[in-house]
Amino acid sequence: MSSVSMPSVLEVEDLKTYFPVRRGLLRRIVGHVHAVDGVSFAIGAGETLGLVGESGCGKTTVGRSVLRLIEPTAGVIRLAGRDITRLGRAELRPFRREMQIIFQDPFSSLNPRMRAGDIVGEPLKVHRAVPAAERRDRVAALFARVGLSKAQMDNYPHQFSGGQRQRIGVARALALNPKLIVGDEPVSALDVSIQAQVINLLTDLQRELGLSYLFISHNLAVVEHISHRIAVMYLGRIVEHTDRETLFRKPLHPYTEALLAAVPVPDPAARRVKRVLQGDVPSPLHPPAGCHFHTRCPYAEARCRSETPQLREIEPGHHVACHLR
Amino acid sequence: MSPPLLVVENLQTRFYTRAGVVKAVDGVSFTLGRSETLAIVGESGCGKSVTALSLMRLVADPPGRIVGGSVRLEDTELLALDETAMRRVRGKLVSMIFQEPMTSLNPVMTIGRQIGESLVLHEGLSRRAALARSVELLQIVGISEPAQRAREYPHQLSGGMRQRAMIAMALACRPRVLIADEPTSALDVTIQAQILELIGRLQRELGTAMIMITHDLGVVAETAERVIVMYAGRKVEEASVGELFARPLHPYTRGLMKSIPRGAARLQEIPGMVPALSNLPPGCAFAPRCPQASAKCRAMEIPYEEKQPGHWAACLYV
Repeated sequence: MSSVSMPSVLEVEDLKTYFPVRRGLLRRIVGHVHAVDGVSFAIGAGETLGLVGESGCGKTTVGRSVLRLIEPTAGVIRLAGRDITRLGRAELRPFRREMQIIFQDPFSSLNPRMRAGDIVGEPLKVHRAVPAAERRDRVAALFARVGLSKAQMDNYPHQFSGGQRQRIGVARALALNPKLIVGDEPVSALDVSIQAQVINLLTDLQRELGLSYLFISHNLAVVEHISHRIAVMYLGRIVEHTDRETLFRKPLHPYTEALLAAVPVPDPAARRVKRVLQGDVPSPLHPPAGCHFHTRCPYAEARCRSETPQLREIEPGHHVACHLR
Repeated sequence: MSPPLLVVENLQTRFYTRAGVVKAVDGVSFTLGRSETLAIVGESGCGKSVTALSLMRLVADPPGRIVGGSVRLEDTELLALDETAMRRVRGKLVSMIFQEPMTSLNPVMTIGRQIGESLVLHEGLSRRAALARSVELLQIVGISEPAQRAREYPHQLSGGMRQRAMIAMALACRPRVLIADEPTSALDVTIQAQILELIGRLQRELGTAMIMITHDLGVVAETAERVIVMYAGRKVEEASVGELFARPLHPYTRGLMKSIPRGAARLQEIPGMVPALSNLPPGCAFAPRCPQASAKCRAMEIPYEEKQPGHWAACLYV
């Protein structure tokens, strides 16, 4: 579990990632999408931070920016206390071993022409982590750890089911003994019975290896299950950030409230009249002024339309960006 | 009790592939009452979508073919109709909405014309009258500035709006049966709530019966009156929604319910994976993953029985 005194594996301060929008013959920059617009958080050793939000809220961009797979526009990213935001390719290399990613789609994130064993061994090769002679043994151990058999090392991705492919992705992420794994919707493409297998695998690995997870998902039930703390994003900003129990028991931001109410509950006895949030998520190219959520918020007042609410600590450890709380 | 609207008996749909014959739907039977909502739930490859496509006679042939069974809508045997007659059924008596509105709408036709198409075809409206009616329908499904939107193309609409437009299209001719195949699986959760609410409201207003195909037990609990659980092309359990959630009988259904994350408690997994449909084991298809399976389960055809009044299951041990 998290604790304030524990050194953070990852610290992110005021991260901003903007994408230029180009139009016309000369591809002139006509504006910027503020995909991530001032996001801060920290993840302790052995801790899972869940990052939730709907399509286009910027959660995936946060994950990629943290890993420097996308170059952030501004802000600071510290991995185990070291600022990696401005490191060049070569300088960044040793830090890449510390942070890995598991992707959503187990079908497109594995090279179809490589054998599963080579896919998992690739990071070991690239980083020269183990001598070539020992590589196969190390890969075999990784296969065993994620619940695949050694005999499957010579198979190609298409010979595996979706759940098994995701296990290959997990094994690849584990190959270099990272401290931090970013999971970008790692179980969203899986059937629920298979999803449970992969979630349990991730939980076991965390306990055994002391891994930290940045777990990105739109699925609130999964995030509630796996996370210690949760940050809710809306249009590039964190609107609420607290521990798991508090978020689900006492959500304070109107968006979090609406999000929780919208999830279909697998219990017909709980069928209820919901207050359904109206309207679509506005375009991130032209987000509404003030609080981005005011166009859909049932409580919005005049100042919500003009003033941007800051993320404030309203109760110990409970941060909310809302003028009305 | 009035006779059911739709009676499906021993439906069998197969795909003839290089890997062998795939029995995607293997003897599925059910009935659907007037204005009833029936959910068919199951994981990828269980045959729920192929069941829906078979009812609409939309299974691509080759490689697929409906090889047996009966689908009766009131007095009409749909499987006996020729293609011309079947076209008069689709969109008029039975309509379907699909998971991915972007790929199921025609990208080069305006929204208004697509909705109007079935009105021209089935109701004999003029183009102009059909377009006017499309605008009304867009309004009914909650799209703002409907006249403007009717002139736009699918790519100009958001995912939620496209799904609303597809609902307008499906309900344009007030069909008896609406088949919704994962209608909200591609949508964000707040938009999903809007769409489920819309479908429910229109269904009540029009008295349309609905078959809701989904993998999401949450959606089942919130929309359906009766539920069928499918596994590997067959029904394994069937009950009213309250009964199924309160007392799931089949080990697969029970496993499915325990796999859903609720709070922080460790998830119960169903070990293994769904078997390949081209190579099903004899006996119960779930036996290799079932904690209760015995040699008998692997050897014999499992009878699908009424275990309690109105609650059916295919398992020797319940």
